[in-house]
Amino acid sequence: MQFLNGITLLLVYQLVGEVTVRLLGVPIPGPVLGMVMLFITLWIRGSAPESVETASTALLSHLSLLFVPAGVGMMAHFSRIADEWVPITLALLLSTVITMVATALVMQLTTRWLVGPAAKEEQSHE
Amino acid sequence: MNDPGLKDIWVYLSASPLLGLTITLVAYGLAYRLYLRTNSNPLANPVVTSVAMLIGLLLLTGTSYSDYFEGGQFVHFLLGPATVALAVPLYQQFSRLRQLWMPVTLSLLCGVVIAAGSSIWLARIFGGSLEIQMSLAPKSATAPVAMGISEKIGGLPSLTAVLVVITGITGAVLGTKLFEWIRVKDDTAKGIAMGVAAHGIGTARAFQVSNQMGAFSGLAMALSAFATALLVPWLVDLFDAWIPA
Repeated sequence: MQFLNGITLLLVYQLVGEVTVRLLGVPIPGPVLGMVMLFITLWIRGSAPESVETASTALLSHLSLLFVPAGVGMMAHFSRIADEWVPITLALLLSTVITMVATALVMQLTTRWLVGPAAKEEQSHE
Repeated sequence: MNDPGLKDIWVYLSASPLLGLTITLVAYGLAYRLYLRTNSNPLANPVVTSVAMLIGLLLLTGTSYSDYFEGGQFVHFLLGPATVALAVPLYQQFSRLRQLWMPVTLSLLCGVVIAAGSSIWLARIFGGSLEIQMSLAPKSATAPVAMGISEKIGGLPSLTAVLVVITGITGAVLGTKLFEWIRVKDDTAKGIAMGVAAHGIGTARAFQVSNQMGAFSGLAMALSAFATALLVPWLVDLFDAWIPA
């Protein structure tokens, strides 16, 4: 029952998110807005109910699985990808590496500069 | 398949969502076992191996993607509630997040601009068509956002969905090694970088490393979805004005 209550709540937030996004015409996906709304709710409430925790852990523990059907969609684009595989592969690979390296370094440096070493130490205790 | 009995069964199965759904779960189950067998080697990422298995199977049996997706959509649908569910680990990391909001904001903005800018620019210098450049631009954002942006700036949304998945896999596979090379040790920094560059697939990988890395990756994925939606169309205009194709 816990799981059922939790998943129902997640779907309700997603639904409210989807409807709000459409009503306001904002270019943000409904589930992302739903996530923000659930986060604010938990914040106001001061704790996460067990049902939501159960459902969230269950869904997130196999998050990779949920991307498989979209990944299989590759087969519908084989010819297009084959035609331009050089720019696609190089741009995708290099850009992903550059983005990851730059973001990680900016985050690490700004954490040290702005938050200081105290924050880092506290973190290592977790 | 000359046996009429077998043929009837195949006609039934290929028209029903049962087959697509079942093979998705079976393939993922096998891929996940393989991943554990290799001591969680990122190269054996379960998304890569299960997608490869499924494409092989579909090509072998001559099944179209749309027939497969009849069943696959049930798994695909869960991406929505899973995105909402990210609020929970995020909330659990709230105190850490409050402490780090400045670095998080700065690195997110850098990450989003670099992700989109570098993919347009690199695709352009390596001779990609404008359609490919625009389909690649939002590749680091989560699939539904990326598809929406791609459509808006003149890319192909369905191609973008595929590029988004390949980007996620690339990030998930290379991430931990890259962070080792550049000596980034904080799980918060690794998580933010993973979420910005490799959205949900990177986040799935981050959760395998630690709950904190996963939570920050989920946060970065959600916030960069907002930032990408707002910044990328503007970035494309900037490119057109300054660096003509």
